[in-house]
Amino acid sequence: MNSSILICGVGGQGTVLASKIIAQAAVNSGLPALASETIGMAQRGGCVVSHVRVGENVHSPLIPIGGADAVIAFEPGEAARCRKYLKDDGIMIVSSRAVQPVTVALSGKTYDTENIINYLKSSVKNLHIIDGQGLIDKIGLDKALNIGLVGVLCASGKTFLTLKNAEETIRKILPEKIVEINIKALRIGADEMEEK
Amino acid sequence: MAKKMVMGNEAIALGAVRAGVGVVCGYPGTPSSEILETVAKHNHDKSIYVEWSVNEKVAMEVGAGAAYTGVRTMVTMKQVGLNVAGDPLMSLEYIGVKGGMVIVVADDPGPISSQTEQDTRHYGIFSKVPVLDPSSVQEAYELVQYAFELSEQYNTPVFLRPTTRICHGRQAIDIDDERKSIAKGEFEKGSRWVIFPKLSNANHKKIEERNADLSNVFSDSGLNTISGSGDIGVACGGISYAYVMEAKKNIDKDFKLFKVTTPHPFPKKAALEFLKGLKKVLVVEELDPVIERELQILCGENNIDCEIRGKLTGDIQNAGENTVRSVENGIKAVLGIDAFYEETDEAVDLPMRPPTLCAGCPHRASFYAVKAAMQGRKAVFCGDIGCYTLGNSAPLNMVDTCLCMGGGITVAQGIKRGEPDTVNFAFIGDSTFFHSGITGIVNAVYNQTDLVAVILDNRTTAMTGNQPHPGIGVTMMGDKVPKIDIEAVLRGCGVQWVRKGDPLDLENSIELVREAAENKGVSAIIFESPCIALFKPKSKYFVNFDKCTGCKACIKKIGCPALYVSEGKVAIDDTLCYGCGLCAKVCPFNAISD
Repeated sequence: MNSSILICGVGGQGTVLASKIIAQAAVNSGLPALASETIGMAQRGGCVVSHVRVGENVHSPLIPIGGADAVIAFEPGEAARCRKYLKDDGIMIVSSRAVQPVTVALSGKTYDTENIINYLKSSVKNLHIIDGQGLIDKIGLDKALNIGLVGVLCASGKTFLTLKNAEETIRKILPEKIVEINIKALRIGADEMEEK
Repeated sequence: MAKKMVMGNEAIALGAVRAGVGVVCGYPGTPSSEILETVAKHNHDKSIYVEWSVNEKVAMEVGAGAAYTGVRTMVTMKQVGLNVAGDPLMSLEYIGVKGGMVIVVADDPGPISSQTEQDTRHYGIFSKVPVLDPSSVQEAYELVQYAFELSEQYNTPVFLRPTTRICHGRQAIDIDDERKSIAKGEFEKGSRWVIFPKLSNANHKKIEERNADLSNVFSDSGLNTISGSGDIGVACGGISYAYVMEAKKNIDKDFKLFKVTTPHPFPKKAALEFLKGLKKVLVVEELDPVIERELQILCGENNIDCEIRGKLTGDIQNAGENTVRSVENGIKAVLGIDAFYEETDEAVDLPMRPPTLCAGCPHRASFYAVKAAMQGRKAVFCGDIGCYTLGNSAPLNMVDTCLCMGGGITVAQGIKRGEPDTVNFAFIGDSTFFHSGITGIVNAVYNQTDLVAVILDNRTTAMTGNQPHPGIGVTMMGDKVPKIDIEAVLRGCGVQWVRKGDPLDLENSIELVREAAENKGVSAIIFESPCIALFKPKSKYFVNFDKCTGCKACIKKIGCPALYVSEGKVAIDDTLCYGCGLCAKVCPFNAISD
């Protein structure tokens, strides 16, 4: 099945690793895959976006506007910024945990998470808001939020990605000492979706 | 053969290794850095010599020397790095090579992480060096191998010119573990290696003849493909080819498509074949209208009545990246289909999120110390290229100028000459200091210019992904070597007043800066504190809400991204805090502690 999956967040949240696992999982399933990463200056706390495109007859490593079957957003503001990539019937998975840019406090404005979430609710049909802080607490490692949210996508069944496939890929490509914590994160994320 | 998911830069490295590359040198620069790093990673038997050179000019010259001996050589850099290496490049083409020499220069449409949107294909035309332009990761893997063959066959260096979306794209490609053996180098003495006007004149003629031949070779190579039909054509190259193919899925009408993989020397014969029967051509490319101009020239030379449209005619944007949708709209317009894709802005107010210095970054403390020390004094702060360029943003506002690698130290000298009553600071990172800061220091000492050079030594080349440099004591061959001491270099250049300090020791740092600003001539402060990517935080800081008055002095003074406002008071995001403690030092109410 063809799937275009966009992963967005703030530099440092681990979009590159998440996209690496999803793309490699596709290859492990015998599917052609393309991906594209944000590397460089934007990694320093800026907006980062990774694109993964799986299936036959795919040429561009970047997902066209309106072409994503799934968007995983590690941050609500970045979810809203990337909403335009989502297909009308695409699934969006969003961590509700805001990462406030320092520009907000400096400009005297407030970061209105509620307003952003309401906007997403009104404009995305298939929206799954995940309590990001709750997920981090359950996993016990803030850096593994990325893989927790990949777990949510696995359990959604909306793309080619299965929990089994993602687990196998994590075992294959991650250094041994971080495999277990990431598998734990993946499963906790998947449970989160199934409870819904 | 196994399918492997690799990044474009990895594919280029693996292709070079497969082709029997023996020497690889370069200077880090986004989006090119991972090429050389990948070669080093696949060099278990150390059969390939890999080095981070001090700068791109050095890399080009080391690479040239290696290629003179007959060894296959690859040199890597980003596009602006080629400006630094421009001098050896221009002469090297007149001299030529013996072993295959591939110069990989990564262009950065957007630009995403660069100073300019310059187009290395122009450098190809300017220097007369052939250019190969990959449109996918797989093609980059194949083209780098072809480039070595071509280079040896025609005794010329060859450019491989990937762009960011190729460099940082990933694709599952067939990787072949077979490896050509690495040639044993032997430098044969002879007049061919010594550039003289007479030799240049003779070789210039040969180069022009060769490039005319190469145009035909490229036309027949099968690399420049023609597909589709109709009387309207689209010509493209690089990643834009992928966008055209993607857009084509949404366009019902057929068009003739020309993919240009060898933009220089331009494959004229293949292009004439493409132009046959066409009334109009849209050229889809990024950066400069290189293919577009070549087609215009070709139509002129051959008296072909075909309209060439693209960047020069305003049909394709002349700056920034193309996208699948922008290309789709462009092609639909030229085909007379008016079902354009319209992009609408999000109907919600979203905060800007520019890149910032990381929480815990020692540069923030250095900038703050200089700012505090110079409060109320007339001072200009010249910056340079690296993470510390980000010191320009509010609330620090400590980068008044940034031009190019090493340019801060010298621009500061010019400002001082133009406006003598200012205190002039130049901030430069450790890697940039070695790259091109030293000549500027020598210039200031020689010409007796008052200047405070602040060397931000975070023990790494941070912005490009933490590469080592001469001050680190590790090479890309994994050898431990003596560190080159920045203080000793400065003193050797004649700087009399040199002090070292830990920028996180704020009081001492402010004092050092005050002292430096009083000196005549060149003063230098080396602020030493490691990049946060090099260690794990020992402790994290938190706000005592009973003491915090919500004055936000911490945010307004240092703007650390871990600080945010919550219910009228300041809070610290514990996933971001790196325990530098700068916020605690600037809090007027002692409300922050670890």
